[in-house]
Amino acid sequence: MDRIPILKLGPFLLVTIQVDLYDRLALNLENDLITMVSKTGARGVLIDISAVSIVDSFMGRILGNIASMSGIMDAQTVVVGMQPAVAITLVELGLTLQGVHTALDVEKGMELLQDKIGPDYLQEQDEEEELDDRTE
Amino acid sequence: MQIVREQDVVLFRNRVREYSTKIGMSLVNQTKLITAASELVRNMLKYANGGQVVIEIISKSAQNGVRLTFTDQGPGIADIQQAMQDGFSTGKSLGLGLPGAKRLVNEFDIQSKPGEGTRVTVIHWKHGR
Ligand SMILES: Nc1ncnc2c1ncn2[C@@H]1O[C@H](COP(=O)(O)OP(=O)(O)O)[C@@H](O)[C@H]1O
Ligand SMILES: [Mg+2]
Repeated sequence: MDRIPILKLGPFLLVTIQVDLYDRLALNLENDLITMVSKTGARGVLIDISAVSIVDSFMGRILGNIASMSGIMDAQTVVVGMQPAVAITLVELGLTLQGVHTALDVEKGMELLQDKIGPDYLQEQDEEEELDDRTE
Repeated sequence: MQIVREQDVVLFRNRVREYSTKIGMSLVNQTKLITAASELVRNMLKYANGGQVVIEIISKSAQNGVRLTFTDQGPGIADIQQAMQDGFSTGKSLGLGLPGAKRLVNEFDIQSKPGEGTRVTVIHWKHGR
């Protein structure tokens, strides 16, 4: 297997990472997701990493890239299910996942995304606020 | 263990997992050690085209630990102090590998000579201290 399936759920894309990724697979995922966001106009990306036991700076950078590229195309990125040991380790490693939201599980992640895009639908031209969001 | 290609990163991490499980290291400490190991093995591949890693179980005052020795015959590091700084990278990446690995393990040692290669040794004890 050299590609991870991407599921489309309404305005969102969902990816479930089931194994610790080889670099090539991780890079493919980054490309595929960015392509999918631009093709489908998705407003959110959910990445389930509950089965991932190690996130090093390489993997962290890929998650960050996905978030910043998606952000440019107006989609928010949520990483869900990060194992506590991984979260603790990331802090010590010194890695802050810029622009990446986190949630406990896919359901909570969906809620978060819905909250995030909800106001956008109502007041579509509130561009200043959106810019602030993205540069956080 | 020889490290020559990208796939060796995950294989090597699994080996470190086996050793640390064998001595009963907690999950958090395993995760810290393996993440540090992942950074160091990546550096070896990226900057020195690979190298060798030795995994050993060692003990000190009745506590076991895992020692990893990464040796490569790459270009070496001219300014180690600079390389150990957060955010310093000649590879357009995050520059967190060396300083982050040092924070994650109990003992960290780096020796390098330009033109000869680099050796990094890390130790992580069962109880993480
Ligand atoms: N094994 C090595 N051989 C030669 N140079 C190295 C090696 N490991 C690290 N370096 C140098 O140290 C720098 C910092 O490494 P690191 O902290 O892992 O950050 P990054 O890998 O993101 O650049 C690298 O950019 C590289 O110049
Ligand atoms: Mg590195």
